[in-house]
Amino acid sequence: MAETFTKGMARNIYYGGSMFFVLLLLGLAWHTEKVIPERSNDLQLTESVVRGKLVWEQNNCIGCHTLLGEGAYFAPELGNVFVRRGGEESFKAFFKGWMAAQPLNVPGRRAMPQFNLSETEVDDLAEFLKWTSQINTNDWPPNKEG
Amino acid sequence: MNAHLKYASQSVATPYFVFALILFAGQILFGLIMGLQYVVGDFLFPAIPFNVARMVHTNLLIVWLLFGFMGAAYYLIPEESETELYSPKLAWILFWVFAVAGALTILGYLLVPYAGLAKMTGNDLWPTMGREFLEQPFVTKVGIVVVALGFLFNLGMTVLKGRKTVVNMVMMTGLIGLAVMFLFSFVNPDNLVRDKFWWWWVVHLWVEGVWELIMGAILAFVLIKVTGVDREVIEKWLYVIIAMALITGIIGMGHHYFWIGTPGYWLWLGSVFSALEPLPFFAMVLFAFNMINRRRRQHPNKAAALWAMGTAVMAFLGAGVWGFLHTLAPVNYYTHGTQITAAHGHMAFYGAYAMIVMTIISYAMPRLRGIGEAPSNKSQVLEMWGFWLMTIAMVFITLFLTAAGVLQVWLQRIPEDAQAMSFMATQDQVAIFYWLRLAAGVMFLAGLVVYFVSFAYQRDGAAEALPAGDSANA
Repeated sequence: MAETFTKGMARNIYYGGSMFFVLLLLGLAWHTEKVIPERSNDLQLTESVVRGKLVWEQNNCIGCHTLLGEGAYFAPELGNVFVRRGGEESFKAFFKGWMAAQPLNVPGRRAMPQFNLSETEVDDLAEFLKWTSQINTNDWPPNKEG
Repeated sequence: MNAHLKYASQSVATPYFVFALILFAGQILFGLIMGLQYVVGDFLFPAIPFNVARMVHTNLLIVWLLFGFMGAAYYLIPEESETELYSPKLAWILFWVFAVAGALTILGYLLVPYAGLAKMTGNDLWPTMGREFLEQPFVTKVGIVVVALGFLFNLGMTVLKGRKTVVNMVMMTGLIGLAVMFLFSFVNPDNLVRDKFWWWWVVHLWVEGVWELIMGAILAFVLIKVTGVDREVIEKWLYVIIAMALITGIIGMGHHYFWIGTPGYWLWLGSVFSALEPLPFFAMVLFAFNMINRRRRQHPNKAAALWAMGTAVMAFLGAGVWGFLHTLAPVNYYTHGTQITAAHGHMAFYGAYAMIVMTIISYAMPRLRGIGEAPSNKSQVLEMWGFWLMTIAMVFITLFLTAAGVLQVWLQRIPEDAQAMSFMATQDQVAIFYWLRLAAGVMFLAGLVVYFVSFAYQRDGAAEALPAGDSANA
């Protein structure tokens, strides 16, 4: 750095730059908050979906799976599992059977614990996954395998 | 009295550093368990399911880095402020509060099913648990806030009564930012998109925001001490680095807002600004090497200088280069949430944050232990072996995970619906890279053991009788 570039100038860029971008972020956050309801079908966000989200959280599903690509990379993506596993027609039946069958006890295969969820909890979780699959994600994931 | 400390109260840094390294060892052990579970899926199942091991692995990482940052602050703030710490007693109390709360939380993860832990701690009343990295029960999160407030009060009072330097002001800004951003961990809207949007205000604004201020300040402090270069020069660099960090990193958060339901303009904002995020890390490389080349003294602690250069380089590679690899939206569309993310995460955390904590530990520990400004030659040789073993192991971990990720993208993400391979089938295809990663993980553990052993020899024949002026001239 040339001597003409002083510490004071560097400091001013730091203060001015970060202040500007903090304000820009706040503005963008405000706008994003405003459009999230429309992009996420907020009207479909039923009591059951909300309860399902709590089931999702309280069993630490994110510790193995990804949801919209975020989480752990040990088990399949579940943001689109509703679409991948039967959709409106057969997802719920599939899901109920799947949750009941865990762990599969295949030697050497990655194993999913048995969470002993009640029937309502399984249904709520299914509703949550269905709602999640309808979020406008800019067309992600690229294919149904997630 | 410890003649090698400028201020006696700096010694409260010791328990923080020691406990940080103990947790680090725990983190690595659970990392190895997970590494094995990646290829032997039912290893330790159902005693320690993968999600529990991962929670322990990542939470130990966060907590040991926090202990490391706190130790760094207790060491460098009094020295920069040229005054004793406001209350060493408070620092000790908070140490025990945080250590006990941290240990109990980890034990809770291991001994109680997670749903039971949620129930025991009243998660229904104000749900905050079960989100990646923020799995801690509500009461632990409150504990973290209380510890952070006490810690900031203690340091704030110290800075207020003492000298204000760029280093201590930037360190304080980073630490205050860390505490403030953590408050977003209490925000958990019912709408998943909102939840994810605000979740990143903790995670991104920590690691790609305020933590860079902490890293920059610690690096600047150590470089001032080790090189004897004029403070004015170092402070100018520090301002440039943190200016670039925040100017690119704040809106760079947009690279997490591509596919989670947030609006399309984030694709552009996130791509453009996060593509510039390597700049502050590149500046750190130039900074560290320039200062060491222009050094005005031959500091006997060569290991500390190695860590300082190493952290800059590895942070640039891990956070900068590996971040850039998948940060542009058209690339990230295919790589999002694959092993490429894991590869980047490992090298970035190790390079930027694990290594900066080991840098300050390397510089400070011989003084804290009353040994001198440098440990014995034998100890330094061992420490440097530890450095190279861990660092090279991490390079291999990153390369193998990257290979797994590229193959995963190729098989699972790029083909059309009908041809795409399923997640589980893809995992089988890339298993060889997981085995290699596990081997590299064992190498990392070996490096960690050597690093720990180096502490046993710090006193061994280190020049005990240092010139009287030593503690004063840095």
